[in-house]
Amino acid sequence: MNTLEVKGLEKKYKDFALQNITLELPKGFICGYVGQNGAGKTTTLDLITHQKKADAGVVRIDGMEYEENPKKYKEMIGYVCDKCYFPNDFTLLDVKGILKDFYETFQEDKFMNLCKKWDLPEKKKVKDYSRGMTIRLMFAGILARDTKLLILDEATNGLDPVVKQEILEILQDYIQDGERSVLFSTHILSDLEEIADYIFFLHNGKEVFFDTKEEIAEKYLLVKGGLDELTEAVSRKIKGLKKTSVGFEGIIETDDSVCVSRKCVLEKPTINQIVISYIKDMEG
Amino acid sequence: MRIVISNQSELPIYAQIKEQVKEQILNGLINEGTVLPSIRQLAKELGVSVITTTRAYNELENEGFISSVQGKGSIVRKRDNSMIREQYLKRIEESLENAIATAKLIEMSTEELREIFEALL
Repeated sequence: MNTLEVKGLEKKYKDFALQNITLELPKGFICGYVGQNGAGKTTTLDLITHQKKADAGVVRIDGMEYEENPKKYKEMIGYVCDKCYFPNDFTLLDVKGILKDFYETFQEDKFMNLCKKWDLPEKKKVKDYSRGMTIRLMFAGILARDTKLLILDEATNGLDPVVKQEILEILQDYIQDGERSVLFSTHILSDLEEIADYIFFLHNGKEVFFDTKEEIAEKYLLVKGGLDELTEAVSRKIKGLKKTSVGFEGIIETDDSVCVSRKCVLEKPTINQIVISYIKDMEG
Repeated sequence: MRIVISNQSELPIYAQIKEQVKEQILNGLINEGTVLPSIRQLAKELGVSVITTTRAYNELENEGFISSVQGKGSIVRKRDNSMIREQYLKRIEESLENAIATAKLIEMSTEELREIFEALL
């Protein structure tokens, strides 16, 4: 059973089009939605959360489309972005008030306990919160109610490493029971790379690849060598070639590594290195 | 149970988990009947993906080291089951081959080697 199903999702703007986005995220897994700024990440997430309306395609959360029951659909989603979406002058108690009115499953005591655990000040207005406090407040609002899908839109941007680590743990806690899933968008994958099960790579509004991180990691190798080893065969297969006066490096598919000279160094690339090589290739 | 993941290792993370668990079962550091942490719990504790821990456990199960019991989790199997016995056999053979190779280095006779073996038994 899938927490999230997206089929043939499309959205056209004057200067940009999101085209035929399809993905399935099974229950209990974490998916990274990766791409450059302007690739269409936020557009996709806005369509999933129904903050924008799609031109075409279907989105199902826990098997249900938005039109079937808009209130329940929204209730199933927890959404966090890099800005605070609560009104500036609100305090934590005001936030509690609107969440209580808006969501049926919202539990006040759970919310207050989380706020206490994370040392969120009761009297301070959210505009005076630090980035770390803001994101904790948004998480408290979500974890205090029943959701199925946690959506993070560039939520870790500008956070200090300690808070980032904390979020990593929140996300892994979230999927512990195997019933809920996480979809997070980012342009700096290294933040969350370790815990992602799936990676969806988006470029110019289109899918480049979507697979488990394990498959992706095994499919590619980072090759480095001297200029003599950069044969014609290697040049043809290599992605994101970087040539200097003393050598070269780039990404090749593991199956193609037979054509690489033994003098070269082969290493496991990070997902970031793979993504950057792809982008370089597509642009170059 | 002790699992230490290295990001510099040649082995993929799932294989590191698998090998370390296997090693500890074979050395008797993890007893039969022990319930291993769930795949999700282990993923969280190691800070790796669920798919990674799932793959490690699946392979341990295929090799006969653990079995998953619905509702209970993954349990370490008896050490005398045939698959694990196979692993021990391999180890014994390797150790003996090692001894034989060493004996050959000093041109020890088969007879003498057999005597040592008998004496040690």
